[in-house]
Amino acid sequence: MRFQDGAELTGLPAVEAKNVTKTFGAGPDAVVALDNVSVTIGQNEFFTLLGPSGCGKTTLLRLIAGFEMPTAGSILLEGQEVAHLPPFKRPVNTVFQSYALFPHLTVAQNIGFGLKMLGRRRAVVEEAVTQMLKLVRMEPMRNRKVHQLSGGQQQRVALARALAPHPKVLLLDEPLSALDLKLRKEMQIELKRLQLETGITFIFVTHDQEEALTMSDRIAVMSRGKILQIGTAAEIYEHPVDRFVADFIGETNFIEAEVTQRIGNKGEIRLPSGIEVPRELGHQVAVGGKVTLAIRPERIDLVRPGAECQLAGKVENIVYFGTDTHFHIDLDCGGDVTVRVQNRRGHQDILKTGDAVGLRIAPEAMQVLKD
Amino acid sequence: MATETAETPPAPPPVSAVPGAPDGAMSGASAAAAEIERRATLKRWLLSAPALIVIIGCGMMPLLIILAYSWTKPAEYAGVIWKFQPDAWVNVLFQEDIFSDALSPNWAYYSIYLRSVLIALQTTVLALIVGFPTAYFIATREERSRNAWLFLITIPFWSNLLIRIYAIMMIIRDEGYLNHALLALGLIDQPVPIIFTNYALSYGLIYAYLPLMVMPLYASLEKLDFRLVEAGYDLYASRWKVLWHVIVPLVKPGIVSGSILVFIPAIGDYIIAQILGGGNRMMLGNLIAQQFGTARNWPQGSALALTLMAVVMVALVVYATKTQRRRAA
Repeated sequence: MRFQDGAELTGLPAVEAKNVTKTFGAGPDAVVALDNVSVTIGQNEFFTLLGPSGCGKTTLLRLIAGFEMPTAGSILLEGQEVAHLPPFKRPVNTVFQSYALFPHLTVAQNIGFGLKMLGRRRAVVEEAVTQMLKLVRMEPMRNRKVHQLSGGQQQRVALARALAPHPKVLLLDEPLSALDLKLRKEMQIELKRLQLETGITFIFVTHDQEEALTMSDRIAVMSRGKILQIGTAAEIYEHPVDRFVADFIGETNFIEAEVTQRIGNKGEIRLPSGIEVPRELGHQVAVGGKVTLAIRPERIDLVRPGAECQLAGKVENIVYFGTDTHFHIDLDCGGDVTVRVQNRRGHQDILKTGDAVGLRIAPEAMQVLKD
Repeated sequence: MATETAETPPAPPPVSAVPGAPDGAMSGASAAAAEIERRATLKRWLLSAPALIVIIGCGMMPLLIILAYSWTKPAEYAGVIWKFQPDAWVNVLFQEDIFSDALSPNWAYYSIYLRSVLIALQTTVLALIVGFPTAYFIATREERSRNAWLFLITIPFWSNLLIRIYAIMMIIRDEGYLNHALLALGLIDQPVPIIFTNYALSYGLIYAYLPLMVMPLYASLEKLDFRLVEAGYDLYASRWKVLWHVIVPLVKPGIVSGSILVFIPAIGDYIIAQILGGGNRMMLGNLIAQQFGTARNWPQGSALALTLMAVVMVALVVYATKTQRRRAA
């Protein structure tokens, strides 16, 4: 397979955005979609742009594809400035959210479209189409029209069409959002397989944090035109940099605390219950300053009240989820937290609404956020 | 049962008359049902009567009269003598020798047919070339301003075609504004003959029928999913290739209906050829008018009119089956 060419050996990043700003409209109505964004995406990476709608993730994707021109900044593909190139001159292909398959063409003609436009010989196009149909497991659908396909099949054709010209980078704009849950899970695995088999850099845009966590090598979390954090799924989940990231990825409890001691990076913080906990303090917080702690629901243990615990409260609500149970706890010191307990031995009725409980939290599970 | 249905009008048969009800079960209830059915049928006929009267009286009758005229003998001072004579149909293609009755090809007519078809085709193609960018421009404007643009396109339709064609004549005639302007600018030494040429005729035809091309094209382009255009650009298609491989196939219904709407009035045109083409640029329409007018040969005019209609219909059927087959393939 000719999926990679020499460029990979140079070690240049697949895509680089440098100080990219994109403004729509002008004057007082101007909307800043991207605000001085810089990101470097490596070769063969599965990179995800994650954020709520309107955060600028799709705009960044469209800038890389060439559908929009940056207001300021530059976009490099393998070290080459491409900001001035139209989409049809960029070695980048897109899988559109709506698939945008050509309704007047067959499945095979759709897949072969890119290569045909590149002026490849008919035999070459045919061979690539056959190969792609095999790759996405759609061989029997070769001569169907697009409207005769199901949503999942259209999705596969859209993928094959974008992969057929062997782009350096494949852009995926929320491609799974139109599929039902089961199909979406299947396609997540399928996408990851395709990425590994083809070795093409994938840039995936989604608002679904689960999609991002399960597929990506690295994730960039975006909000209001800015990238807040870039890291692996585990880094972002375990060490979110701020409240927005912590809240957007998974469920999180936020607890206010006060810094009581500080020596270098190490210090002590006082929880609202009055208990002091040693903790590393990454950034500038003076003694007496307030910090927010992010604690994941599954990192809290429920224990007997009075035992060694940092917080205490009453069970307010119990929700059974099958694999686990969520306990909503009213804290004695004010506020509430959610605790997730795995049902490893089946559902247990040990706790009831109104019971007093203690909460034990390992110090490293308390993530100090910058405000 | 038989007596019940006999009351209803003969055609069309009641759609939902109780079928296969056993005779013994013919009670008062089913008789009432048949009465309701009968009234519903009558109501349907009454409601469609005005439309039927218009279609039969104003659409089909004149055609049938023309068809009958074409097989008769011309009267000396216009009108027809009701005597069967196929001469008019023979003359559509052949010429009778005055002395020997031998038939020879009617070359004079052929050249008129050919000119009509060529000018109508040329008008259609040029209207498409001018109309497509216009429709594309309007379809890609903001939704609010689109109606204003369409309004501008339709404004000329509000005044009489004859007046507009005379206005064109004022512009392009030898002493017209255009030649005056060119002379004043020193671009030419003497007036350029424009009027009474094929150019003038084409210009008039395109001007008159362009809105008929723009409207259906706009309707198709407005429905076009521009994400498909983006997909085309993304897949290495340049602007021309996107136009040819994505946009044109998708707006084909608009192109077809626009072309038909321009071709039909253009091939049968009479006024524009008369005024801008001068007497010597005869089109089929003028020939037909001449037969009913100065030539006083109504059967011949009828036969030619029906020939024109047949040619257009054959062209449409061929076009329709061809595009349909391609869609099915």
